[in-house]
Amino acid sequence: MANKPSKKQDNDPSTTGHSWDGIEEFNNPLPRWWLWSFYATIIWGIGYVIAYPAWPMINSATAGVLGWSTRGDVITEIAAVEEANAENWAQLAAVDMTQLAENPELNDYATKAGAAVFRTWCAQCHGSGAAGFKGYPNLLDNDWLWGGDIEAIHTTIAHGIRNEDDPDAHYSEMPAFGEVLARDEIEQVVNYVMSLSGTPRDATLVSAGETVFADNCASCHGEDATGDQMQGAPNLKDAIWLYGGDYDTVKATVTYSRFGVMPSWNQRLTEAEVRAVAAYVHQLGGGE
Amino acid sequence: MAFLDKHAILEKNVTLLAIFAFLVVTIGGLVQITPLFWLENTIEDVEGMRPYTPLELTGRDIYVREGCYTCHSQMIRPMRDEVERYGHYSLAAESKYDHPFQWGSKRTGPDLARVGGRYSDEWHLDHLRNPQSVVPESVMPKYGYLERRMIDPKHITDLLQAHKMVGVPYTDEMIENAAADFKVQIDPFGDYDAMLERYPGAQIRNFDGAAGISEMDALIAYLQMLGTLVDFSTFTPDANR
Repeated sequence: MANKPSKKQDNDPSTTGHSWDGIEEFNNPLPRWWLWSFYATIIWGIGYVIAYPAWPMINSATAGVLGWSTRGDVITEIAAVEEANAENWAQLAAVDMTQLAENPELNDYATKAGAAVFRTWCAQCHGSGAAGFKGYPNLLDNDWLWGGDIEAIHTTIAHGIRNEDDPDAHYSEMPAFGEVLARDEIEQVVNYVMSLSGTPRDATLVSAGETVFADNCASCHGEDATGDQMQGAPNLKDAIWLYGGDYDTVKATVTYSRFGVMPSWNQRLTEAEVRAVAAYVHQLGGGE
Repeated sequence: MAFLDKHAILEKNVTLLAIFAFLVVTIGGLVQITPLFWLENTIEDVEGMRPYTPLELTGRDIYVREGCYTCHSQMIRPMRDEVERYGHYSLAAESKYDHPFQWGSKRTGPDLARVGGRYSDEWHLDHLRNPQSVVPESVMPKYGYLERRMIDPKHITDLLQAHKMVGVPYTDEMIENAAADFKVQIDPFGDYDAMLERYPGAQIRNFDGAAGISEMDALIAYLQMLGTLVDFSTFTPDANR
């Protein structure tokens, strides 16, 4: 193989001088376009280091002549959005909530902004579609524990329910009737309550349960059992159950009581944001 | 360019090549790594950062053990969408007692850097037992068994000491009282004044509502603390970071 005639021609570029088994390496220059692009990136790199934060020094890094920073960027961007929406928020904070629906443009803004706030702060408990879960009320139906007109919703959101941070929070506490009533009385009243919206487990206990209800429950839930929104006492006739309407769940509710808590939001959200969520929740389908 | 043509000398002499390669790597390393030991603007001083309480630290170990970090990051990036959803962007100082840190870029679930105080303990309990009961679209596994695993605090002193060894400023007093501090954090009727002095702002209550200190208590205590330590009302961001 070493004796093979070289295929090298006269006009070929010079070789590097490396030779393995007769294979030689041309010493071709790099293509011009590649070389110039390479030099251009070096120059661009130097410019970048001067313009942007880049070079670590002993105690700090160079700041760059443009003064750019990630934090500066996010501050500017948030400020720009806040400025663009400032007027809407100001109007929303000042408007009479009952009149909001008469200003379609502002109402539209409130509803959409409220939807965004809801998904950030409320969806965790009430669900991303606001349908709620066991213990966390469904906001789509027309059943309201503490009132469903827009001002009542606003108050509930602003101050919350049975929380410890806000003295204006809605407060009421159902007694744990396991300590008050005898076991058979509880069974009677559970059957009566179930009979109000469906079928009791034991129909023979219903009439006795009605007496127990009138003596113990009617003061809050009303004589007709339609509830009292002043005390957050649920309507027991509408077949909408926060904790469940089966025999065992109702019995547990009567025996041990429930104590659902909602945080107050007027500390975490601005007044305008609270109003926006109220508008959003109010238009979801069940607002009174 | 006669000088540049001399590379053949290096390439043909393996000892010289090794020496020069080592020199190049050394210079590169020095330039990139050494400034980090003196850079004062990497971690800024902020009010409120303290080492984790023994219970929170245990919760953090459970968090790491269960691999929560594979789906949840703890780093809110300085971008408008993240700041609006999660709160103030994370500061390096907020992870300075983390070994290892829990940053990350993989989010199957939401970022947890500021999850503290955002939900009630009951919600966390419901959610950890059965995530789909409160977030139907969730793919998170169930962690209800944490409630049944009780924690014996006999190794808690060692845990604090290990963290002290890697630079967390646990004082001798903190280490001495580790087991007591661990127990008192879930006991709102206990004598927790000294513990609060050691760990300002620690939340004291029975996190899972059940008797005994379970892994659920520790994990919820940890989650409820996340992102709540820095007092942002006293914080002025230095833009150049």
